[in-house]
Amino acid sequence: MLKILKTWDDEKMRGLMGSLLRIGVLSAASITIIGGVLFFIQHPKEIIDYSVFKSEPARLREVNLIIKEAFELRGRPIIQLGLLLLIATPVARVIFSLFGFLFEKDWVYVIITSIVLVILIISLSSNYLVI
Amino acid sequence: MVVLLSILFAGALFAGFLGSLTGLGGGVIIVPLLTLGFGIDIRYAIGTSLISVIATSSGAASAYLKEGLLNIRAGMFLEIATTLGAIAGTAIAIFAPTHVIAIIFGFVILYSSIVSFKKRKLDENVEIVPERKIRKIDELLKANGTYITASGKKTYKLQHLGGGFIVMIFAGILSGLLGIGSGALKVIAMDSVMKMPFKVSTSTSNFMIGVTAAASAGIYMNRGYIDPVLSFPVMIGVLIGSLVGAKILLKAKTKSIRIVFALVIFVLALEMIYNGIVKNI
Repeated sequence: MLKILKTWDDEKMRGLMGSLLRIGVLSAASITIIGGVLFFIQHPKEIIDYSVFKSEPARLREVNLIIKEAFELRGRPIIQLGLLLLIATPVARVIFSLFGFLFEKDWVYVIITSIVLVILIISLSSNYLVI
Repeated sequence: MVVLLSILFAGALFAGFLGSLTGLGGGVIIVPLLTLGFGIDIRYAIGTSLISVIATSSGAASAYLKEGLLNIRAGMFLEIATTLGAIAGTAIAIFAPTHVIAIIFGFVILYSSIVSFKKRKLDENVEIVPERKIRKIDELLKANGTYITASGKKTYKLQHLGGGFIVMIFAGILSGLLGIGSGALKVIAMDSVMKMPFKVSTSTSNFMIGVTAAASAGIYMNRGYIDPVLSFPVMIGVLIGSLVGAKILLKAKTKSIRIVFALVIFVLALEMIYNGIVKNI
């Protein structure tokens, strides 16, 4: 670990960042496909009307409920879990950059990245806000 | 339902394919496809489109990171603007009437279709920009960069970071409001305003789109705009389509495809505006 830190540079950061994004997207897509197949097995005849907007139920909106029901192997919550992982992928990339700039002791970009991270965290916890 | 979702999947495949081949992204065609083609409420369409935007841009960015074209620092700095804009755009979307969103959407894609008719300069050479007095902010942000071309390493100096930042706020607003990546506007901010080389601009734009879309997707998820049964075929379809498109892009001549795609978007834009005006959406 220390050896990596000593030779840490932008090149290494790019490489690891690329892998992080690829793994994130691929695993999110795989989980979504599993959820989709399960949904068809569990609800082969269901018809859903999307012409009128009605907000999704809490079990498909709130992170803790999505995770709970996904572990009960329900199709739709598993798809949502995959989508949550997809949303988390760019956020993980920002967290990773923060450590990358820390290792490089690039303090200006440590601050810039922290600002982006704070904005993301505020938006992701928006169900506690007014908007 | 299976039939509907299969058609959706095919449409998304096609949208992702053309979107990556033309560089306009799948979002500009997914929202009209869902609303005009399937009669789906525009709020579901925006949520679904945003999800597919995160998938394709993150996938593309991982490839660009390997090539070393991307300017991570400039991207990071500008993400402050796009994420703030995205939150504002999402807040507007939640309160604005849907037909108004449809009209704005129409005008935005009308603009991107007109822009893509024009010929783009794809030259490897960076235009020689007259040396400018180095300002403190540029020194502090170290946002200059190098990239590798066929003829070796090239360096470039970025200009007008403030102007680029302001355009990026608008790009973020449009992304959050309409569920698109707004890559075209991001490229304009970097390429035309900040004088970043075109190839670096397009790859850095892809890098930023994922973070921008994630900022609004979280809010849309909380608000119940993101439906799993719709998002599943669309996200997978757009993702596969754009991967295939990116592979072909390396070999194919895309000029005629781009013109056809621009025409399609032009018609869709007029349809969106018309349906918005008669309050059909």
